[in-house]
Amino acid sequence: MRLSKLQQGLWHVVRFGLIVGIGFIILYPLLRQISFALMHPDDLYDLTVNWIPRQFAKINFQVAWEMLDYSKALVNTLGVTLLLSTLELAATMIIGYGFARWRYPGSNLVFALVVLSIIIPPQMVMVPLFLNFRYFNLFGLLPEPGVNLIGSFWPMVLMSLTGTAKRSGLFIFITRNFFRGMSTSLEEAAYVDGAGHLKTFFRIMLPNATPIAMIVFLFSFVWYWNDLFYTDLFLQGRNLLQIGLLRINSQFNYPWANKAVEGTYIQLVNNAGMLLYILPVLLLYAFLQRYFIESIEKTGLVG
Amino acid sequence: MKRSRKLSLRTQKSLLGLVFTLPFIVGFGAFLAWPFIQSVIFSLSKLTIVPTGYVLDFVGLDNYRHALLVDPKFRQVFAETVVTMAARIPVILIFSFFAANLLNQKFPGRTLARVIFFLPVVMSAEIVLKMQQADYMQQAMSLSESGLIPLSVLRESLVSLKLPLVFVNFIFEAINQVPVIIRSSGIQILIFLAALQSISPSLYEAADMEGATAWESFWKITFPLISPLMLVNVVYTIVDSFTAPDNLLLGLIQETAWAGAGFGVSTAMSWFYFTVIILILLVTGFFVGKGVHYET
Repeated sequence: MRLSKLQQGLWHVVRFGLIVGIGFIILYPLLRQISFALMHPDDLYDLTVNWIPRQFAKINFQVAWEMLDYSKALVNTLGVTLLLSTLELAATMIIGYGFARWRYPGSNLVFALVVLSIIIPPQMVMVPLFLNFRYFNLFGLLPEPGVNLIGSFWPMVLMSLTGTAKRSGLFIFITRNFFRGMSTSLEEAAYVDGAGHLKTFFRIMLPNATPIAMIVFLFSFVWYWNDLFYTDLFLQGRNLLQIGLLRINSQFNYPWANKAVEGTYIQLVNNAGMLLYILPVLLLYAFLQRYFIESIEKTGLVG
Repeated sequence: MKRSRKLSLRTQKSLLGLVFTLPFIVGFGAFLAWPFIQSVIFSLSKLTIVPTGYVLDFVGLDNYRHALLVDPKFRQVFAETVVTMAARIPVILIFSFFAANLLNQKFPGRTLARVIFFLPVVMSAEIVLKMQQADYMQQAMSLSESGLIPLSVLRESLVSLKLPLVFVNFIFEAINQVPVIIRSSGIQILIFLAALQSISPSLYEAADMEGATAWESFWKITFPLISPLMLVNVVYTIVDSFTAPDNLLLGLIQETAWAGAGFGVSTAMSWFYFTVIILILLVTGFFVGKGVHYET
């Protein structure tokens, strides 16, 4: 890199411009949401107001809070997300470890299926999955019409427990890579000391795999929190934030169907609702961004 | 314990592997493979819901015919989606590689820049993306109209320069895609960044001593060394783009299932789509895989 001082200075300016520009494009929707959410309805008709409201209003948040039944919906969403991501974490750690340490006839084929599960779009199996859970007969063991599991947590619990939920394949891939990168000497020492395989896994390997567990858990949490596809498919009618937002949105999607003022106004409420919904994840990211950003280095994906 | 001692070490290990991966085998069978097979059956049948469940009547290729010939939107949305997504993939890859190179340099505020560049991965809530699409106010005040980039003025001046309209439209379509591309590059940037950081600086030092220019060391060192992750990124980008929440075709497939021509046509549509995805994956995977440099 033999550049003159001038060239270097010029490059620094260009680089600064690029980074700020890209950063702005990324932050733009968020800034817009915040700006709209804080606007008083009167500001909408004030031509001098573009970004910064003339009067900061809490009213949008109050309305959105009530329409979403926020405190209850927040607790519900948090509970479901925590439950599912914990299950997914446990399942993918165990399965990944199994692929990393032991081979059996056909294990390569099964691992190929893991990779396949990453690339099958969930929409492919949406209809059959829905019907299977709607008339769930436990593979023919239950009597004819079966049990209706739609609306219960079972479909998503079962899928995350078996490592077949959204992006579980990716997590299995990552945990397998990680465990393969761990030296076997720790396990051998444990076996020599008389520990069984299960005990070794839980007492020796898992504590050493905390960095990867943290990554899987955080990503799983964020992706379940952001999920609408499975939530809308299996948990219709539940008091969850995504479902609540969907309800508000479908009611007021066509503002011209309502009175003009209400129609416009609901967009402000929408923005406040979206902010309320993404706030927990933003907070999580603000505090734990290091784990997200350093995640790839720890996955063992890179040599 | 007593019985397992009798088994050979080899069988014991196989059994353990089987036990640990069994949940996936069961889950794959029940929640992916079987529904996958069912979707083939559904796409060839007419599905009617009855009080005790559902009945299937075999109709042959009628659903496929319906999707292709009868459905008013499918062909257009299908072509549009595939073209947009396929065009997006190389741009995302180039952009994320470029951004990773930027973020790998030393400058004040680098951590903050990385935090912001990765933010879209965390913020991409499906419902929010959906609502932003429907939010006419956000649209009205989108980048181009907010006056930050006076696109309409630019466009008029370009047209008045007598540039071919196709060309102008292409440029503007590309500009419109910029936010989408930046927002769907988060993971790819991270992967490239990690790859760049894993290259030993001594390689560059040696090249520099030998008189290689920055351009040469980029093509001779950086590019070959990150090429294995290029393949990973290509696959990830294809899968991610084709299942993105702003994907119009997936929206149409869902709409058809619940509120349109029914489950059969919907699964037929998704089969058309899946075939295209697999084809694109195979073709690009083959060509990118050939260019990958593996260290031995």
